Amino acid sequence: MREDKQLPDSHGYFEEFGGKFVPETLMPALGELETAYEEAKRDPSFWAEFDSLSRDYSGRPTPLYFAERLTKHCGGAQIFLKREDLLHTGAHKINNALGQGLLARRMKKRRIIAETGAGQHGVAAATICAKLGLDCIVYMGEEDVQRQALNVFRMKLLGAELRPVSSGTRTLKDAINEAIRDWVTNVRNTYYLLGSAVGPHPYPVMVRDFQSIIGKEAREQILAKCNRLPDYIIACVGGGSNAIGIFHPFVNDKNVKFIGVEAAGRGIKTGRHAASLVAGTVGVLHGTKSYVLQDDAGQILGTQSISAGLDYPGVGPEHSYYKSIGRATYVAVDDKEALKAFQLLCQTEGIVPALEPAHAISYASKMAGSLNKEQIIVVNLSGHGDKDMDIVVKALGVKL
Amino acid sequence: MSRIASSFAQASHTALIPYITVGYPSVETTLKVVPLFASSGCDIIELGIPFSDPLADGATIQRASYEALRQGITPKLCFELVQELRQRVEIPLVFMTYYNPVLKFGLEQFCSKCAEVGIDGLIIPDLPPEEGKDLEQSTKRHGLDLIYLLSPASTEERIQLVASRSSGFIYLVSLTGVTGARAKLPEELESFVANVRKRTEKPLCVGFGVSTPEQARRIAKVADGVIVGSRIIQLLDEDKSLGSACSFIKCLRAALL
Repeated sequence: MREDKQLPDSHGYFEEFGGKFVPETLMPALGELETAYEEAKRDPSFWAEFDSLSRDYSGRPTPLYFAERLTKHCGGAQIFLKREDLLHTGAHKINNALGQGLLARRMKKRRIIAETGAGQHGVAAATICAKLGLDCIVYMGEEDVQRQALNVFRMKLLGAELRPVSSGTRTLKDAINEAIRDWVTNVRNTYYLLGSAVGPHPYPVMVRDFQSIIGKEAREQILAKCNRLPDYIIACVGGGSNAIGIFHPFVNDKNVKFIGVEAAGRGIKTGRHAASLVAGTVGVLHGTKSYVLQDDAGQILGTQSISAGLDYPGVGPEHSYYKSIGRATYVAVDDKEALKAFQLLCQTEGIVPALEPAHAISYASKMAGSLNKEQIIVVNLSGHGDKDMDIVVKALGVKL
Repeated sequence: MSRIASSFAQASHTALIPYITVGYPSVETTLKVVPLFASSGCDIIELGIPFSDPLADGATIQRASYEALRQGITPKLCFELVQELRQRVEIPLVFMTYYNPVLKFGLEQFCSKCAEVGIDGLIIPDLPPEEGKDLEQSTKRHGLDLIYLLSPASTEERIQLVASRSSGFIYLVSLTGVTGARAKLPEELESFVANVRKRTEKPLCVGFGVSTPEQARRIAKVADGVIVGSRIIQLLDEDKSLGSACSFIKCLRAALL
């Protein structure tokens, strides 16, 4: 990758990935969003407010924590955890919701729509809307509504209107379809607060920028603690927002290797997984050209993962670009391994991770053993596991 | 001149363009209904290749697409059906589908196959002109029209862009929203059409929401064609004998004369 090259280009492409594959009605709205974001980006007062609320409201900076007992257990490289789980609402999602919420207010759009899978982005969006006094409507697949009753209640408590989606596979992918349909219909007064680094330009770059605060902090913190950069950064990848957020500020640090961990679900060979980069092909979904899980006829496939946040058949275009140029390596970890890592982190560190970053923990802990003690791995611990208790109880076959 | 363009050039009336989802409710229905519509005064027929994530479509066409996919409809099968239909109908046929199935098939292969079986044009609602350059190379090579869309939200600049790039006709989306029968069309419909008309000589066809002969008549006063989709799908559902859908088509035809 050439360092002087600014990506995405003016058409929203990371080389062959990205773009704006949306109905005509949304093209002016995307143009308006792009202009508004470019202006906000150049406005120091916008970032001053973002930084101040990130600090006082969300709880930044999050610590970079040396996981000493996990490191000892693995018997190799030193493992550091970037503690996004300690943020307000329990996950990195709040970074993006805050940034886009401020942008929506600046654009004078008072009606906010969002999609959610497990409910983490929905909760983050509802939280920021409550804080900024904006109306919030959250689309959520019916299947997920049933699986995540507590988050549904939480969103309602925060003043959001929840709209269950009964079309298609009734999960995240269909919630995004429905949010886009709402946006097409109410485009004049509505802001679509997309939750991951996916979708049409400028969403992937905008979400990356708001999430890059993770990597910027991590870079400073590791330099302060170890006086050197890490050898590996490992993050889970669904749509890929937490991963791109921690990767991107290190992109020109050539010796820092990136590993994105996707959900292998029941196993890649079973076809019941959500590993778009590992097992997918290039296609267009939700307005962007990227790796997707699709059949021979170009129909998007259903996905499966124990972690609802990784349960998505597409991925952000910048990850597809990183894969194509070899800047990042993408691997997959299945449900069972993720569950094991979930328990391992609880027992070695007293930290309950969300099932999403448990995938990253799993890969990191296996990899650490094969490295020497001088080497450093930073894992993005993107969220807290409280939301997953029901699922883990069930998966472990425990009777409460 | 393409077959679509010449059908507008020769027409003495407003074009009637029905949409049906291929394979809904069954392949047999598609094979029967296309010749019936052609002989009931339709000028062009839009054949929808179902896609798993039809984000420009409302509930009716979503459900039709979902059912068609469950029955195993693929682009390949759609080509075979068109080949069969071409023995029986001469009016222009256009495919309406989303970009991913076309991309997956291969842009060049898809267009070549379209030309081979007798498809005249493509409508791809998630493909704005900015993203259409690759596909345009293949549609041009194979003499297909690539019909772009405009919406009431389109800026002057975008009207110019779409007007310069759309071929066959321009698809004007009557409202900001998804497909689906509406009781009322927006008041600014006429001014929207007139505004586009000032900038192009290409035929303008209005679709989305159209569900009654009265609405069709209103559109006919300003546009060159009327596109009707969801209401037809509903009628195919309600009356499997196809009688209701055919008499609806005839009512529309009468309203447009």
